[in-house]
Formats: sequence, C-alpha cells, structure tokens
Amino acid sequence: MSIFANKETKVLVQGITGREGQFHTRQCIAYGTRIVGGVTPGKGGQKMDDVPVFHTVAEAKATTGANCSLIFVPPPFAAAAILEAIDAEIELIVAITEGIPVLDMMKVKNYLKPSRSRLIGPNCPGIITPGECKIGIMPAPIHKPGGPIGVVSRSGTLTYEVVHQLTQQGIGQTTCIGIGGDPVNGTNFIDCLQAFEADPDTRGIVMVGEIGGSAEEDAASFISAKVSKPVVGFIAGLTAPPGRRMGHAGAIISGSSGTAQGKIDAMEAAGIRVCKNLGRLGELCKETFAGLYHA
Amino acid sequence: MKIHEYQAKVLFRKYNVPVPKGEVAFTVEEAQTVAGTLGDYPVVVKAQIHAGGRGKGGGVKLARSMDEVKQVAGEILGMTLVTHQTGPKGQPVKKVLVEQGLNIAKELYLSVVADRATAQVVIMASEAGGMDIEAVAAETPEKIIKVYVNPLNGIQGYHCLQAAYGLNLPAAAVKPFVQLLNNLYKLFIEYDCSLVEINPLIITADEAILALDAKINFDDNALFRHKDLLEFRDLDEEDPAEVEASRFNLNYINLDGNVGNMVNGAGLAMATMDIIKLAGAQPANFLDVGGGANAEMVENGFRIILSDPNVKGILINIFGGILRCDVLAEGVVKAAQKTGIKVPVVVRMEGTNVDAGRKILADSGLNLTPAVDLSDAAAKVAKMVGA
Repeated sequence: MSIFANKETKVLVQGITGREGQFHTRQCIAYGTRIVGGVTPGKGGQKMDDVPVFHTVAEAKATTGANCSLIFVPPPFAAAAILEAIDAEIELIVAITEGIPVLDMMKVKNYLKPSRSRLIGPNCPGIITPGECKIGIMPAPIHKPGGPIGVVSRSGTLTYEVVHQLTQQGIGQTTCIGIGGDPVNGTNFIDCLQAFEADPDTRGIVMVGEIGGSAEEDAASFISAKVSKPVVGFIAGLTAPPGRRMGHAGAIISGSSGTAQGKIDAMEAAGIRVCKNLGRLGELCKETFAGLYHA
Repeated sequence: MKIHEYQAKVLFRKYNVPVPKGEVAFTVEEAQTVAGTLGDYPVVVKAQIHAGGRGKGGGVKLARSMDEVKQVAGEILGMTLVTHQTGPKGQPVKKVLVEQGLNIAKELYLSVVADRATAQVVIMASEAGGMDIEAVAAETPEKIIKVYVNPLNGIQGYHCLQAAYGLNLPAAAVKPFVQLLNNLYKLFIEYDCSLVEINPLIITADEAILALDAKINFDDNALFRHKDLLEFRDLDEEDPAEVEASRFNLNYINLDGNVGNMVNGAGLAMATMDIIKLAGAQPANFLDVGGGANAEMVENGFRIILSDPNVKGILINIFGGILRCDVLAEGVVKAAQKTGIKVPVVVRMEGTNVDAGRKILADSGLNLTPAVDLSDAAAKVAKMVGA
C-alpha cells in the first residue's frame, strides 16, 4: 500500500505545455504514472505528445475523470491554478512551483481548509509511490519499491539524499512526500505522519525538517501521542545564521524561534532518533528499522 | 526585502498613517536644512541602517538647537553603528532621518505580521511600547494582544476595536487608532509585506496618535508585482558578494568560516554546511545553485566563493536529479580552468549520470579530489583546511 497516490491515480498536468511541464510530464509517463490530460488556457484541443490538452481544469476533469493535478504554473499565476483545481474538486493537488507570494498562499490555505482537496506543496518535489506512480520532479532511479519506510520532508535534493541512502541500505519506501519549503503550505508533517501510521505497509518513518517555523515541534508532539511506528529524523540548518532566508522562503530563524537545535530537542524528547551526521543516515535507519524489512 | 525607516514612513504617509514631520539627510548641511524646516526644537536625529537597536547603540540623538543638530548629525553620519542586530562588525551610517521632537504621553507597540502556522494575518499590539517586543513576548506574554484576520475576508471593524480596547486607549484616541490600523492593514496587503511594525506608536500629550518608528519587511516572492519598491533597495546595506550572486540568480549567503561550498537545493546546502562543521571546519557560505544550474552559474558560483579571502578549501556537493552530474562536471572543469582555482576542491556527486560525471572530473587533469559519500567529502575538505 501507499499513502495519497498509487497506480490508479489519474493525473492532470496544469502548465503541461511549458518547458518544465513537458519535461516532467514525459518523465512521469516513463515511470508509469497515469497522466490523463493537461491544462493550458488557450491551448485546449492540442496535444502534448499523446496527452490531450484542455483550456480549463473543470473541462479536463469532466473528460478524463482525473482525480489529481500536478502544477507547473509560474509563480504569478500559480495560486489561481491551485484555486481552479480546488473548485474543480480535484482530490490531490501537487504544486511544484517555487516562489508563490506568501499572501497568495495564505488565501489558498484558508480556501483549502473546508474543501475536498488535499494540497501537497508548493515549492516541493512532489510525491512518489515507488513502483506505482511518480507525481513530481524527483529522480526515479534512486527509489526502491515495496516499502516498508515512509519518507516526509520539507526539502527537495535533501530528500533525494535520504532516499538514496535508504535504497543503498536495501531499505525500500512505501511513499515519499516533499511537503515543500515555503512558510505556508498544504499538507503538513502531521497529515503525512497520520497517514503513514494508518498505512499497514508502512512500518517506519523518516522525517526530514529544517530551520524556520514550528512544524517539526508540532510533529514531535503528535508523534509522541499518536505514532507507534519508529521514526528517524533529520534537521538541516544547525549552522544557519538567524534572520537570514536560507534558500527556501520558509527556512528562516526568527529571533529565538525556529532553530535547528530547538527542533532536534523537541524531536528527541518525543522519542525520535535524530540523525546528527547526514552521511550516516542510511546506517542509522538500518539499525533503527532492523527486522522491519527484508533486504 | 528590508527598507529604511524613512522609506517606510514615505509609505506610511501614502496610506495616511500619521508620522512626525521630518526628512532624510545625507550630509550635516542637509540635516541642518531639514531641522530648519521643522519650525521648533527639540528635533531628533536618527541613524538609518537596516537593523534594530539603533537607540541603544548611540544612533538616535536629540538636538535642542541648530548647533546641536550640526554636532549630533556630525557624530552619527559616518559612525559605525553596532547593535544586537548588526553583528560585531557594525554598519556604517550614511544617512539620518531628522524629525520633530514630540511630547510623548504613552508608548505603545503595534505590528501586522503574516503568521505561517495559521495562514492568518496577525495584528499584535501591546501597552509595553518602545521595548524589545521579543523580550516582552518571552517574559510577559500576557501584555501582548493578538488579533487574527482571515486574509480571505480582510480586516473588520471588530478586529480594530479588539486591539484598541486591549490597549486601554483614551476615548479620544480610539477612532484615530481604528483608522490608523485599517490603513496599516491596507498597506500590508497591497504591498505584500511580511511585517509592518511600529515601535513605539505614541500618544502625545494632546492625545494625537503617531508612528514614531516604522519598520517594513516585504515578501521577496511578491516583489515582481511591486516594481516601485526596487528604488528602495539599498545596496550599501547588503554584502557585496551577495549582491553579485543575486545578479546571477544564485542563492548565496556569506558566513565566517573557511570552507566554501556549492550545493544544489537549499535543504541539502544547509545540511552540507552542518556536516562541514561536524567534521571540524567552518562553512564560509551558503550557496544553492538550484535544480536548473548550468555551466555559467557554476562558474559564477566559483568566482563568488573565491572572492571571500577566508576560503581555504571548497566542497562541491551535488545530488544529480534534473541537474545531471555530467553537465555539472563539465561546468566545474570549465570554471576551474577559467578562474584558476588555487585552493583544494573536493567534489562529491551522486545521482543521474554520476559515472560519466566522475570520469569527466578524473580526465580533466585538474586537482579535484573525488569523495565517495558525504562523510568522506566533509572529512577530506576539513583535513585540507587544517581543521
């Protein structure tokens, strides 16, 4: 099993005719993802390779029966693209776009709350259920299908590093999710942890956080109360100076809050095994998850 | 993006948020001219730098006559102001704001902030004005009123009144305060601010409300729709290497260590800095070349890292996904040949086309040290810089 996405998921690509949209659509199709349509206003009726393109999400959904949308729309129009997907009642919306204004995302988040949609991202690599579907921009070959580990992370390449080390140790993954590096995002750590806890095939969890905000602290409280499966954690940014935006819009220490040490302390207090040396994360997972998987 | 107090007050005036009379001055003579237009003494001379704590550092002074304006402006202009936010090196003062002095009856705190956890706009207000608000929040959190505004609906009358009554304002001040807060919220939304802060917001002896100080930070992601703000950017307040990096869309932050590093992706870049420290050395920078880096960006990244004389070694850590390792390796070789790198370079690559990439580096004849994994890379570069 998996969480949020599997081989049945029918995916639309918003922004399919752009450079990024085309490239990654082909990569997703090559992996076996069911890409059923694309949306580019003004290009309805055309095709991107064999994929039909529609003017609007509503039209694309009505025609293809899609239940997921992958968004590559540029920042000035990305929030509207997410709202369009929410209004079309798309179940799973994956927004890759980096650089969406915070105020736009705050409005999206408030609109999303009572809706029927789940948003992953923005500013994220997407979601992959190895061996079933890839809805995002992550390099496919580093993943190992079959579980039993779920991965959730605020980062992109750092997630690849973590997944690669798991695979090198012979540890497969159920689903890997990048929740994004922006200060305001859709699905958070707790949503993923809850889903991994409920998924019988997921038997352990790796959680990768970074400086800024309090999502890791909140997740730690949730884990100590509600998660029975072993969790390995990593936090980036111990050496980050306060007050500076470290690449990700959300990665900033404000005053004394959002520090890496504060997050590590909270996670350790919740019983999470926090990895201090990223170079040894795979080995720590092997040790922690021993007996949970067959190498 | 940060701006100066005097620039924030330009925006305050535009939105009818009352501020004292005053103007920016770049020289002592200009400061005297501005003081002359204010009509009365005392006047206040305030250093304009992008950091708080200016008063404590000696950057804000009162002048009771034209002679004192000359003296005080002369002292502040050109000084290197050290505050808790500038770091020990301090920041040279190149301009001052000269303002009318006011008869203060009460100092308050007021800010509008984007709250990431709740996705709401938060109005924070406190009767403990003129103090470090972080200290107030830590020691006496009950003295801070927080009013949450859903950005979908915007600010309503009751939001303003909650803040006004929470501040125990005198009756005559309630209406002007509500007006001020409404205008401040409008400014916050229309300019995509991440923070608008007034500390202190003052009530004068005759019960007028004014913003004595003004601080605005903008959301960098939204600058594309506020081209008029670009004239407010002050390159004097930024690190020259960071300004240079921003010209090439490189995400670079200068730090104090001696190991330069170049990484793709912000999270992995932070983790790379951390592992350098863990190996016993100190990172000299943060540099995220991004997922779509090309040879030219890698080359510029090298040049900017090497412009820091403290750099004694470089660690390149790339997890090839979209950015293929062979493309990166070609960029590294080209950059190394062009810039004539004289410090040791350790390269750790993984991911798409890694074998081709490693071969390009090995065949280049350059003094590049390959690393098998992240721990190996950090240990090697730390050893090279003598940590």
